[in-house]
Amino acid sequence: MRWVNRRIGRTNALLMGIVPILLLLVLYLILAAERNAINPADKILPLPGAMIDAMRGLVFERDQLSGRYLFWADTLASLQRLGLGIAISTASALLVGLVLGLLPPVRATFGMLVTGVAVIPPIALLPILFIAFGLGETAKVALIVVGIAPFMIRDVAGHVGELPREQIIKAQTLGASTWQLMLRVVLPQAMPRLIQAVRLSLGPAWVFLISAEAIAADIGLGYRIFLVRRYLAMDVILPYVAWIAILAAVADLLLVWCSRRMSSWAHGAER
Amino acid sequence: MSAFLSLRDVWVEYGDKVVLERINLDIAEGAFVSVIGPSGAGKSSLLRLVLGQDAPTRGSITLDGVPLKPECDSNRGVVFQRYSVFPHLTVLDNTVFGLECERSRFIGRLFGASRRAAIAEAEEMLQAVGLGDSLHLYPAQMSGGMQQRLAIAQALIKRPRILLLDEPFGALDPGIRNDMHKLITRLWSDYSLTVMMVTHDIGEAFALGNRVLTLDKWRHDPHAPQRYGATVVYDLPLTRKGAPAADTAPAPHEEADREESLSITIDIIDNN
Repeated sequence: MRWVNRRIGRTNALLMGIVPILLLLVLYLILAAERNAINPADKILPLPGAMIDAMRGLVFERDQLSGRYLFWADTLASLQRLGLGIAISTASALLVGLVLGLLPPVRATFGMLVTGVAVIPPIALLPILFIAFGLGETAKVALIVVGIAPFMIRDVAGHVGELPREQIIKAQTLGASTWQLMLRVVLPQAMPRLIQAVRLSLGPAWVFLISAEAIAADIGLGYRIFLVRRYLAMDVILPYVAWIAILAAVADLLLVWCSRRMSSWAHGAER
Repeated sequence: MSAFLSLRDVWVEYGDKVVLERINLDIAEGAFVSVIGPSGAGKSSLLRLVLGQDAPTRGSITLDGVPLKPECDSNRGVVFQRYSVFPHLTVLDNTVFGLECERSRFIGRLFGASRRAAIAEAEEMLQAVGLGDSLHLYPAQMSGGMQQRLAIAQALIKRPRILLLDEPFGALDPGIRNDMHKLITRLWSDYSLTVMMVTHDIGEAFALGNRVLTLDKWRHDPHAPQRYGATVVYDLPLTRKGAPAADTAPAPHEEADREESLSITIDIIDNN
């Protein structure tokens, strides 16, 4: 049977998905064990035991200087920035994307501006943001927004623009005003696409968050990683990276769940 | 009877491409007009004019003597070949939508007793098109024929003065198409509709309509094929059994031609 025609069941897909992850873990363990056999104080590839020891201090014990549980304080700070950035981006994508996609005068006026902003590399704007907003939370959230909102706006606007013309006409023959058209026809159909855009933007959002935290912060997951890098503390960096991966994956799953919950009609084939 | 919908010297041009030229038409209330013609002869352009999706480059279109706005409104219902139902609404919500837009200007939704009244109205309409058992399905879960039934119900619940059909049955298989022909004929007489249908299928045009318009180019310049547009080359009133009396009356300017030939009327007066 050709590979394109192979069907994989649910259980099998799960098992097969775990295999490469396990292989990577095993590979890491072998390499780490080899290095440790030569040099028990090796810092580059720490064994799980060393990671647990290092993390215990951060997760369960108060920091002597600040009195905080650093791991949780880092997580909370980062998630706050990320959540705020994504929330602002999503809201603006919805508002701007809808009117940009549906109303030709708005598209003619602001289309070029949005495209222009979208092609600027956000990191290049980081100094401007730091200068304008200072080194506090605002600049970090602003970087995330500047980084992902233009993409999301364009995605939603594009999707709205591609709604079949027939539907827009039909709604008008049914007596819908522009407002009703937007509220009842376009908005519900843009929602699954919006959630999709948020999912795709999560990756870049993390990138901008970590960058901002690496440059100027006193707390946050990215800040911690870049701080302990000075001591070659791979036993902290690796668990932190794994933790970020878990957070990102959970956020992604939540979004998929939301999309199915809210727009079951758009997931007909998967039901 | 006086003309219900009338087009006077209507031209449609896109740049220097002339799509329709010198269209003079009078459509009586209660008529079922089929529009046929080769591809690119401007059938859909004519429909879009009446629908208000496009404005004529020259000429005037009046409905009951009032000029039509070049913008879609609830005077004119439409069923397209595809995409005329909303994929995110159930059958019932698709049908109620028209009523909600009318009765709830700001939020476009009805609640409580007014919603129940709207639902009852929609259910009756859906019953009439044979979708009484599929109220809570989404369009994606239905066959093409059922989606077209829904599109018709959706349009009819607004009681449009004219129902425009743009190749409504073109994507359906022959058996279903037959059922749909019966349905639309029944609805036409039950609701005394005025219908304008664009179709590729000549058999369908003659079976359903009581007047058949053929659009084609009268003149053709081989060096500049875009310079001449299509116009009405045949205008055939059909008399058929069981049709409501009102719609057999042809438009005034056809009366003279009708005596000349029995089956085919060539409109020589307007040089169409």
